[in-house]
Amino acid sequence: MGNKQTIFTDEQLDAYQDCTFFTRKEILRLHGRYHELAPHLVPMDYTNEPDVTIPLALIVSMPELNENPFRNRIVESFSEDGAGNLSFNDFVDMFSVLSETAPRELKAIYAFKIYDFNVDNFLCKEDLEKTLNKLTREELSPEEVTLVCEKAIEEADLDGDSKLSFADFENMITRAPDFLSTFHIRI
Amino acid sequence: MAYSVDFNLSPIMELELESLRGDDTAQDSMCQLIRVTGTGLESGSPKTLEMDVLTTESRDRLASQMSDVRERADERRLQRSEESMQTNLLVRNRWSAATLRVLSSMPSRSVGQQSRLEIISQCNIRSTQLRRYHRQTKDVSLSSRPSIRGYGIEADSEDVCEEETKRQELVNNLQSLSAGDRVRMLRAMPLSLAEKTKLRKLAFSDKVGQSILSSQVPCCSLLKRTLYHILFGCLFILSSLQLWQVALKRLGGRFGTGVLSYFLFIRTLLLFNVFLFLINGLFLVLPQAIHPPLHTPSSHRVTGLELFTGTGYLSNSLMFYGYYTNSTINTSCRPAEATTGTGCGTTSDPHMMAYNIPLAYFFTIGITFFITGIVLVYSMSKSFGRSFRVFKSQGNLAIKIFCSWDFKVSKKMSVRLQSENITTQLKELLSEVKGGEEKGRLSGMAVHLLAWSISLGSTFFCALGIHCFAKDMHLRRLEDAEGEVSLVHEARLLALPGVVSCGNLLLPGLFNLMSWMENFNSPIVCLYVSIFRNLLLKVSILGVLCYHWLGKIAAEPEQHGLQCWESFVGQELYRFLLVDFIFTVLNTVFGEFIWKLFAQGVLRRRRKPVFDIARNVLELIYGQTLTWLGVLFTPLLPAVQILKLLLLFHMKKSSLLVNSLVAFLPQSSLLVNCQAPRKPWRASQMSTLFISLLCFPSFLGATVSVTYTIWTIKPSSGCGPFRNLPFMFHSGKQWAQELKSTNPKLAWLNWVHSCLVENPLFLFLMGGVFLMVIYIHTQIVDGQRKIISLLQEQMENEGKDKKFLITRLQAIHEERQYPLSPSSRPQPQGSEV
Repeated sequence: MGNKQTIFTDEQLDAYQDCTFFTRKEILRLHGRYHELAPHLVPMDYTNEPDVTIPLALIVSMPELNENPFRNRIVESFSEDGAGNLSFNDFVDMFSVLSETAPRELKAIYAFKIYDFNVDNFLCKEDLEKTLNKLTREELSPEEVTLVCEKAIEEADLDGDSKLSFADFENMITRAPDFLSTFHIRI
Repeated sequence: MAYSVDFNLSPIMELELESLRGDDTAQDSMCQLIRVTGTGLESGSPKTLEMDVLTTESRDRLASQMSDVRERADERRLQRSEESMQTNLLVRNRWSAATLRVLSSMPSRSVGQQSRLEIISQCNIRSTQLRRYHRQTKDVSLSSRPSIRGYGIEADSEDVCEEETKRQELVNNLQSLSAGDRVRMLRAMPLSLAEKTKLRKLAFSDKVGQSILSSQVPCCSLLKRTLYHILFGCLFILSSLQLWQVALKRLGGRFGTGVLSYFLFIRTLLLFNVFLFLINGLFLVLPQAIHPPLHTPSSHRVTGLELFTGTGYLSNSLMFYGYYTNSTINTSCRPAEATTGTGCGTTSDPHMMAYNIPLAYFFTIGITFFITGIVLVYSMSKSFGRSFRVFKSQGNLAIKIFCSWDFKVSKKMSVRLQSENITTQLKELLSEVKGGEEKGRLSGMAVHLLAWSISLGSTFFCALGIHCFAKDMHLRRLEDAEGEVSLVHEARLLALPGVVSCGNLLLPGLFNLMSWMENFNSPIVCLYVSIFRNLLLKVSILGVLCYHWLGKIAAEPEQHGLQCWESFVGQELYRFLLVDFIFTVLNTVFGEFIWKLFAQGVLRRRRKPVFDIARNVLELIYGQTLTWLGVLFTPLLPAVQILKLLLLFHMKKSSLLVNSLVAFLPQSSLLVNCQAPRKPWRASQMSTLFISLLCFPSFLGATVSVTYTIWTIKPSSGCGPFRNLPFMFHSGKQWAQELKSTNPKLAWLNWVHSCLVENPLFLFLMGGVFLMVIYIHTQIVDGQRKIISLLQEQMENEGKDKKFLITRLQAIHEERQYPLSPSSRPQPQGSEV
């Protein structure tokens, strides 16, 4: 039933459907979006699982990510090599985690990775400062930035090491019911 | 102690020296270095740890001695030992390498270095717990993509074997779960997609066998195919609603989550109405349309006004109650033979399908209300659960930084707007945190009292005015009815709806003025106050109208000169719905234009017109209440509401998009009319509020009035499906009695019917059970809150413990390092950093 498509085998589509928060139709649509980012690179036939990645610069040119201040970090967090080159699996994974139905814990894990600029698995002061500058487009003065970061760490740091570990971050997320609706990209 | 240590001293030495100088960045890199070496000697068994500690201690000694040599040796040592007493032992750059080594191998710090093995074992634990139906503990810190992060963990052969066993364990665990749980676990795992597909292939391999077995049965496959076809058909309808997805995405991208929630609410209401319409249409309208009753053809002049007033030729159509017969339709007889009083043909023919219209009417309305109620309560509870905040909101700064950026926003200008919003909010929070006093606002008790009295007074007078006007209109109509029907008389029917809609438009403006005057401190209080006032206005208006319709007109229809009061009430509701829509259109198109002129001319500010989300949502709820009130009298009213919602969606969308093309000034922002542009729209809590407002005042009120009508009001004797019955629900009762006499096997249905529908005790019992369930749930949530606060305390204590241990470790290290220092041991109590 339905239209015959030759991009994926049925088994592949079932696997995608079970492992992500997308339906078959949405996966096919995503493949279309992925393909149009780099038509010469991305094959239309994925039945033999080609090893193709799209570089960071092309991914962040998508309209959904184009103006997002965290676009580079988002793409880097989902890439296997950490440099932002996404395979189709990574691409689907990214939008699956950012979809509406992904659970809070999963989103929290990736949000932590996104905001961790120096990739040391802690949100230290520098990470916070960078986040803040990206959020406010550097409208706050440096003293204000420092003060805000100090106060934020003071509030959220539970074990007293002046850095936010994942446990601190997750605890803070549970206090923010809007997180699920803001950490969401529609595709 | 003799040991052979071969390591390259020089780079470490340099780093050590730098650290002793107290340079933060170098110390960080040293931390990293230690962590690398630490993970190189993975999962520290105690022996290796000891060795490392000793190694690093020796390194420390060497380093410190070398630095002594470099600077003035003894003095510096003395100085340092004194300093070590006085300075804080918790100062990071005083920590010895041993302390750092221990710290870096603490579980909470090894988040990113977990190998795939550890993640799989964590997932293992989770799936085991799920299997035992326990709640998952959330103290697991997971990360994903383990093999890529800078430290390049190479799994040696031992690790690979362990990983394989763990993976096999996980697969076994997954296989023992139910299919739904399996899928849910798979989706929530933070592994890469390739890993997940591998796991899935292993775990789901048993399912393949089952499906092969089932397909051997031919009839089952046929059933499956037909089911698929039906489902596909239904899904097609649902998926066609996905057409709005593009529009919603554009709106969300430009205006953010707040405005989007309004449009999502329109979509929700549309779904409710589609459901109502389908059920009504299928079971009520269609049978009656196929077998229309005989009516004396009355001559009506066809003017365009009928479409607005619902009178004329519309009044004897499928739209209104009066059209429906009170007979049983037998499918074998031709419509020409049908008479109003009796069914045609003989009822003794068992193969004929008899369709009892009054019964269908009664049960259709009842069942649709029941199902709508259940769906509403369910979605309300889900929404409530999602937005429930267990913690008190203290300290919002960190949350603001991490959780306030709306990732959906994609337009450049909207992104800029959002940044500015967040900047302003942060500045404000910062000023609060700095301890600055809030600017003294002019909110005295007197102002509040004045505002409240004005609002309540205006509501009261509005309701009173409508009451008097309605009475006046009835008298006028009686006079008109005696004369001949003319266009002016028909148009006068639209006067009452017009007045009510005017009131609905103007009074909220007054309320806005009041809240601007009151100058609330907290914007959320302002919002709730405004919603409450608007709600009160609408409830009182609807209350007055219901009193008129059900209390006055329905009770004495002859006094008001009505043959068929139900049709009249249905027409009134139809008129109200239409006029409300017309006024909304006029307000959207012209009102913003006028506001722009006013703002430019009088206030001399180019402020953009504001999209007041709360007010618009309340208007939607008002319209939906009218629909629910009217569905008993006008079975096709949901169709009108569907059209109205579709048009409203597109109209509001276009007006928003057009208005946003106006020149954009940096100062303006998407305001709520509450003098507090800095508070972000709390989307999740607002959507909970909307749906609970839809459920409680709106749906409950409609249900109460419909139940009241069915149970206590005598239907009119000249028209409609219940025409010769004392009360409407007697149709069900009669049917149950008939059933008992004709088909004794189904006598238990009669008993069920009398228990459920007629006995009020059942309702009380249900209500009691419902309340008990709610009570139990609130107690559970309360208990959970207490546990959470206890756990938080525990976490703080653990933090204190950690600090204590660090200081002890440091103290011991320093004791060892400088055993000859004459000073006493430094105090182990850690003071705060």
